Amino acid sequence: MNAVAEHANPASVASGVGASRIGGRLELDGLRRSFGAYNALAGIDLAIEPGEFIALLGPSGCGKSTALNCIAGLLELTGGEIRLGGRRIDQLEPEKRGFGMVFQSYALFPHMSVRKNVGFGLAMQGIKGPEAEKRIRDALAMVRLESQADKLPGQLSGGQQQRVAIARAIVIRPPVVLMDEPLSNLDAKLRLEMRAEIRAIHDQIGSTTIYVTHDQDEALSLADRIVVMSQGNIQQIGTPEELYQRPVNLTVADFMGFRTRMPGRIVSVAGDEAEIEVDGSRFTGLARETFRAGENAALAIRPEDLVASATAPGIAATVVSIEYRGRAFFGLARTAAGAELYFRADEPLSRGASAYLSPAPQRALIFREDAA
Amino acid sequence: MSAPSLRSRLAARGLDGTTLLILPGLIFILALFVYPFAFGVIDSLRPKEGAWYANYAKFFHDPYQYGTIAATLWLALPVTIVNLALAVPIAFRVRLMRRQRLLTTILVLPITLGTVFVADGLLTFLGPRGWFNHALMLLGILHEPLKLTNNYWGVFASLLITGFPFAFLLTLSYVSGIDPAIEQAAATLGAGPRQRFARIFLPLLVPGLAVTFCLSFVQAYAVFPSAVLLGAPAGPTRVISIAAYQAAFEQYDHSMGSAIALIMGGVELVVVVLVLAGRSLFYRGPAGGTKG
Repeated sequence: MNAVAEHANPASVASGVGASRIGGRLELDGLRRSFGAYNALAGIDLAIEPGEFIALLGPSGCGKSTALNCIAGLLELTGGEIRLGGRRIDQLEPEKRGFGMVFQSYALFPHMSVRKNVGFGLAMQGIKGPEAEKRIRDALAMVRLESQADKLPGQLSGGQQQRVAIARAIVIRPPVVLMDEPLSNLDAKLRLEMRAEIRAIHDQIGSTTIYVTHDQDEALSLADRIVVMSQGNIQQIGTPEELYQRPVNLTVADFMGFRTRMPGRIVSVAGDEAEIEVDGSRFTGLARETFRAGENAALAIRPEDLVASATAPGIAATVVSIEYRGRAFFGLARTAAGAELYFRADEPLSRGASAYLSPAPQRALIFREDAA
Repeated sequence: MSAPSLRSRLAARGLDGTTLLILPGLIFILALFVYPFAFGVIDSLRPKEGAWYANYAKFFHDPYQYGTIAATLWLALPVTIVNLALAVPIAFRVRLMRRQRLLTTILVLPITLGTVFVADGLLTFLGPRGWFNHALMLLGILHEPLKLTNNYWGVFASLLITGFPFAFLLTLSYVSGIDPAIEQAAATLGAGPRQRFARIFLPLLVPGLAVTFCLSFVQAYAVFPSAVLLGAPAGPTRVISIAAYQAAFEQYDHSMGSAIALIMGGVELVVVVLVLAGRSLFYRGPAGGTKG
């Protein structure tokens, strides 16, 4: 395989399996962007290795799209630096950065055929003739749209348009591909299909990919590393496993599916475990921050790790709602003190019935309450 | 099984209660457009003397009359082109502004002034003793006043001022109808501002600009008050509507007047058809991008 890659014409590297990484390390250094008095980005530091797939994850308004637009050059910085391979690029116009970008609205050129859309970036680089044709053909093949090359964007379905947008962004062999919630306009089934395709294309072309999303599943399944953002700041950077297992604070935990949080008081600390008293019951959890006994804290847990049953022991609560989701039942219960708990149950519990909830050991995390 | 009622059969063909809403409009069109138009056609074919086509023959044999076609075109075409040329860049700038409404209001104000008011203002401003010449002479740029009124340029300026708001408003709506992400996409693909304009915006704007051109042109071609007040109505700005007016109300030949009015309409129609035919060579679908 290596021999083949060595003999390959450089022009076809992008279509070869295991393409070499292109471009250098992308460094964001104290990235700031404010709109008037509002700080959309309050100093972002991030180093991205060549070929890495990075997901920027956060709720709407957290600054993830602003960050992407700043990297693309569509928004000017109000502070900080962006470097690619050690070279400073934040002063460059977007057309001089050579990054490929995929927009949420696809942003295809409605008056150009699929072929012309994909070829636009090549034409701007002065690449013409058979070379351009070959690269357009390869890019369309990669998104499986060879047969639609002469259609106008308006004649394609949403999923096909998104594929054209991806082909158009990668055909110029950008060192960095930027994707702004590219799947949010597609239906659920197509979203899953395209997700797999996007990762496959990333692995094939070897560009660095920065992918903005508010969908934790998308980020977890696609990215090498996830950057969780909130209010213009980075909350945590880590691999999907790190984020999923060990979120650093309540904000990240909330985003990683720890839907239930129960305020309580630390009873004792032993190593990285702590005992917390909630509503008179004591539970052991993994302390994600340093605590001393007597401090206020919150126990956070995912619905699937908080099991409800009709009999004691456990936290006593009343079932508010319950729904069937195939393997198990998921629902919401309320304690006498008013705390809302999202739980899993293996047996159907009726609404209004009493339930006893027990957190699975080792699955509960303990955070400082004011972490957000 | 009973057949569907008459009402539902009519509704299936698109005829229902809502269809009745077009009635008032239809009555107005019949009474104020179709009837007068038909009346004018018939009137023009009944000349005071000679065969049914005598009015048209007379018009096209008299250079003093048929020359008005060119004189009017010579005013209306440049004015329309200059108006569009001004409207496009200004619309592009205004599109990006936050206080869009204020500026748009200022630019659109001339619509509310009326032709006569503009003409009067221009006479004072651009006249031989007006501020414009006065200022230039005080600054030593001119030694004698430029003649800017009672000639071609007076009418030109007036048409520009009254026509610009229309061209601008229409252009602005077309320009802001283009999804900004389309331009951003072109930029990330390496297109500089000039290429983005030439290869993305212009092709998407052509259909809208063609319609704007037609509307502005028809408006300018029908020029009458400013040609009389600011121009030289016996000379270079003797436009076709003046010829029609003179025939109908000075020589009391309403049949000839009708004929000239129809010729005027015919010229406008030719220009509009040419422009719209040219438009069909371009993409005409939605410019707002795609589903999203």
